[in-house]
This record gives sequence, C-alpha cells and structure tokens, in this order.
Amino acid sequence: MSYQYNIGCSLSNLKGIREFIRNSLRNHHVPEVEMSAVILALDEMCSNLMIHAHHCNPDHKMGLLIDVPQPDTLVFEIVDDGSVFDINSFATPELGNLIHEKRKGGLGIRLVKAIMDKVEYVSRDGKNVCRLTKVLSGSG
Amino acid sequence: MVHIKRIQEEGADIIAIIGEIDASSSIELDLTIAKSVGEGFHKILVDCTALEYISSAGLGVFMSYIEEFKDKQIHMVLFGLKEKVANTFSILGLADLLQIQSTKAEARKLIDELSV
Repeated sequence: MSYQYNIGCSLSNLKGIREFIRNSLRNHHVPEVEMSAVILALDEMCSNLMIHAHHCNPDHKMGLLIDVPQPDTLVFEIVDDGSVFDINSFATPELGNLIHEKRKGGLGIRLVKAIMDKVEYVSRDGKNVCRLTKVLSGSG
Repeated sequence: MVHIKRIQEEGADIIAIIGEIDASSSIELDLTIAKSVGEGFHKILVDCTALEYISSAGLGVFMSYIEEFKDKQIHMVLFGLKEKVANTFSILGLADLLQIQSTKAEARKLIDELSV
C-alpha cells in the first residue's frame, strides 16, 4: 500500500503533512509513540527543505510518498527539485553548543537521526528523493 | 494553529499554549516569552496541558532562553505535558535541561523554591 501527498513549500502546510501521515497510517497498526515520532521526523525534514531549499515559496512543490513494504517497515520519500539538503553531511550538533549560541535551529537534525533508522538521498527522473526508513519496534 | 494565553497569578506569569507549535507558529511562543521577560517577570510557568504537538522549532525557543534566564535569574517551569509531547523533549535530552513538572501545583511549588 502506498500513499502520496503533493503540496506547496509553505510552512502553513506542515499541519496538512502531519494529518496526511496520520490518516495514511491509521490502519497499519503503528503504535502511538512511534506514530508521533515519525510524524515529528517528517515535519522536521519537510520544514528544513521548505526553509533552506525553497525559501518557503508556496509555488515550489514537493511530494511526500509513504510506502509500507512490510507490516513493520515504513518508508517515506520526500521528492522535490530544490537544492539537496543532506542531513547526513551535517554533524549532529551538541546540545551544549546550541544553548550557548542561543540557536533555535539544529535540533531537528538530532530528532530525525534519533527517530529514523535510515536516511538516504537518491535522484529519480531528475528530482531529489530523500528516503527515510523506520522499522517499528512495537508489535502494534 | 496555536493560541497562546497569558495569565498573571501571584507574581508569576503563566503562559498557556493551546494547540500545535511547529516551524510556522514557533514565533508566537518566542514573542510571548520575550514579552514576559520584557515586562520584568522572574517566574514564568508554561502551561502545556493543551499543547498537542511541538516540533524542534518550538523546543528551540525554550532552549534559546536558557542562558539569558540564568543571567537574569529568571525561572521557567513547564507543566502538564502530554506523553506524546514529553516524548519529544526526552528524545532530545531536553527533559534534563528544562524544569518540567506534572501539575500546576508542583510547578508553582518548584518555582517558588527556585526563586528564594
């Protein structure tokens, strides 16, 4: 089963993304704690892309695909044609440094890396695809 | 998406967050805390009982005030976090950096003790 959602790169669309993920996975027996965690990770990835690669331009489009290849595996793909924002190339910032520098950003990368099992970047049909994989630990 | 209320009670400023805080709404939380600080409050209680969701943008707002609060001897205590919200704080290890209590009464007691 797979699901797709296409949206403009406006931060006001983040709520719609969260609702889309929850609705799509409603019948897949995802434990609530893990459901909340993957929604958070996707929110972080999409907002990062909207801000850094698309400057929140609502005319720029991105697509979110959800695939459930096995009952315990969730695969999310964010497809866009902006510049690649590869979180694997960013070191996970230390909390102490973020506090000292009074930075409001940087936490999202920590969250995504803590929640997701794998973050990969591929190119498909001339577009960037960020693929995030989550293996569920609970039985649901 | 988010509604923020302020209530002053016995010398403390209570900031109640109703709804969801993400990258599009975190600015409202930031402005509210800045206003509270600007008005000279040294005791800030954050009522999270109606907070349904918070992303790193909102957590970053709380973190960005940690040093300023230390310098100005301002105390902030959060209370009433739902489990799904508390989980986000603990994934990041923020539960150890911020003062968090279960109930308003416990938060009130802690902030009074911290402010002595």
